[in-house]
Amino acid sequence: MSLTKYESQLREPLVDGKKTYHDVTVDIVHTIEAKPTRLWYIGFYVAVALLLFGVFSVYMEVVYGIGQWNVNRTIGWGWDITNFVWWVGIGHAGTLISAILLLFRQGWRTGVNRAAEAMTIFAVMCAGQFPIFHMGRVWMAFFTMPYPNTRGPLWPNFNSPLMWDVFAISTYFTVSLLFWYSGLIPDLATVRDRAKTKLRKYLYGIAAFGWTGSTKHWQRHESLSLVLAGLSTPLVLSVHTIVSFDFATSVVPGWHTTIFPPYFVAGAIFSGFAMVQTLMLIMRKVMGLQDYITLGHIEAMNKVIVLTGSIVGCAYLTELFMAWYSMVPYEQAAFFKFRIAGPYGWSYWLMMTCNVISPQLFWFRKLRRNIAFTFIMSIVVNIGMWFERFVIIVTSLYRDYLPSSWSPYYRPTIWEVGFYLGTFGLFFTCFFLFAKYFPVIAIAEIKAVLKTSGESYKDEMAPLEVMSTEKFAHEMLHHDEHHREGDVHVVHHDKH
Amino acid sequence: MSVKKFVVGCFDDEKVLFPAVTKVRKAGYKLQDVYTPFPVHGLDKAMGLRDTSLHTAGFIFGLIGTTTAVTFMSWVFTKDWPVNIGGKPHFALPAWIPITFELTVLCAAVGMVLTFCYICQLAPFIKKHHFHPRATDDLFVMVIECTSKTNEHELKNFLDAAGAIESNIQVVEDGWWIGRYDRDQQLYKEPIVA
Repeated sequence: MSLTKYESQLREPLVDGKKTYHDVTVDIVHTIEAKPTRLWYIGFYVAVALLLFGVFSVYMEVVYGIGQWNVNRTIGWGWDITNFVWWVGIGHAGTLISAILLLFRQGWRTGVNRAAEAMTIFAVMCAGQFPIFHMGRVWMAFFTMPYPNTRGPLWPNFNSPLMWDVFAISTYFTVSLLFWYSGLIPDLATVRDRAKTKLRKYLYGIAAFGWTGSTKHWQRHESLSLVLAGLSTPLVLSVHTIVSFDFATSVVPGWHTTIFPPYFVAGAIFSGFAMVQTLMLIMRKVMGLQDYITLGHIEAMNKVIVLTGSIVGCAYLTELFMAWYSMVPYEQAAFFKFRIAGPYGWSYWLMMTCNVISPQLFWFRKLRRNIAFTFIMSIVVNIGMWFERFVIIVTSLYRDYLPSSWSPYYRPTIWEVGFYLGTFGLFFTCFFLFAKYFPVIAIAEIKAVLKTSGESYKDEMAPLEVMSTEKFAHEMLHHDEHHREGDVHVVHHDKH
Repeated sequence: MSVKKFVVGCFDDEKVLFPAVTKVRKAGYKLQDVYTPFPVHGLDKAMGLRDTSLHTAGFIFGLIGTTTAVTFMSWVFTKDWPVNIGGKPHFALPAWIPITFELTVLCAAVGMVLTFCYICQLAPFIKKHHFHPRATDDLFVMVIECTSKTNEHELKNFLDAAGAIESNIQVVEDGWWIGRYDRDQQLYKEPIVA
């Protein structure tokens, strides 16, 4: 028992139920081994149907051109870029949970990190579709890659924020995928070694890369996870910063502000956590993972939501204040005439209600721990965050500098909506397959925290709580001496 | 790869495993490895393994990314095809920071993962001998290589005395080869709960 391993009883256990290592394996792997439920099939088919509708919408756009959408000369970025920013934002929560919370040593991340990382990867896949198809001539998309070509070679403009986006999003996708899969390898090996059918043994045998669980490999694996977390942390901040540069480096009133990078990053984490909540609340219920994704986990995520929601609210108010304080008539017009009022004023107030006002209810502990309320809020926040991007894009563009180019009221066509629905299809198709074929909770990581934060371990802490401080300190000291003699650093729990 | 003889001891508790590792090392046996279902902190130190220098590899790969990005962009914009963009400077270092950063992270991450897979011999279709199927479930599997001087039965008893719940002697091929898990590894049966 070392001092650093003392866990207060006030802290909730991360894993409920008195589990052994084998119980953890069975609980998490059984969803892979069992036949999918009827609910899974219904959800999967709905997702595939949406995906097919999306594919058809994209087909219409590719064959007949951007004119199939209602974006026009003034509102050049409509639903598509709104959806792009929305999906990228959602992706951020996964990296935050897996990387930033790892660096901050937040034990509760182990219950949700695997699914959240998967969510990141699928969300970034969805996000990437929008700028690619918004190019119009999608078959020219490879022109963004700097390769020696026959046109000079003519290189892409590396000074352009849109070019930065190409690098940021593709790097983000690659690194998230590597981080996710390197974490999956040991758990896939667990599935492989438990396989009862030949096919499963064969496929998971390939997927697990021949993982054995050697101590040296674990040591390297730990080092790898830590460095990847250290790399992903600035990466995730840079990605949404660069997305916000798409707007902030322009000279459009309403976009040209230095507050955009931190404001976008906070908003991204805010919407991402809301999406994690939506998925986790369904997943824990459907797959019976209540012992691993506990009320404590849900409350912790709700705390992040109320924090980031308040940061976003501050940013909204700062924007309004700066527009007034700057005394720039264009800036003031953008905010006070065309954004909070005007034909799209309703979207601004919807955004304000969903993002700033309603999450404040999470200051109440009762509501933070209420599953139904959390689920509704997670949807509300995601609607609000979608409208945030819509407000930023559409209300800054629909009144151009010349009244002659003022836009008529912008409504999406069915193919614009269909493309968006299609990305939902893509996202949920991937997520359903992930939930069926991959361990949705990081088995090895749960086992690593089981003896420190599991419920049975918490009970062992009870005698320590009543022990006098002097006696506790003495035992610690004595124990440390014992360590040095044996030249072994061990975490024993046998002193009490 | 060669066929070797190993004595395998399985432990189900870290509290028993750590003193056992110390005892085995003190007795001078050749500890091949300990296979664990999750990273057991301090076990590498207890086994006398040196720290990994994988992070150094990551740092070097990151530097390669930084250099590539900066040299390539400056070459493109100052030598190969200097484009006049609104009269702005050709050598626009601040504007290259985002791509330089992204490429640094990309190279470091990809390079590190590939290095990790290479030094741990991890890849699809790679097959290794698994001393116990529950090593990825709930057992800590200690494997000791027999040398010409080792008395394996004595060693087996030694492991039993150190608290192994199960021990056996295996004559198997060391290292890795290309293979299929469904051919060589037995299918799983639920362990009998004692």
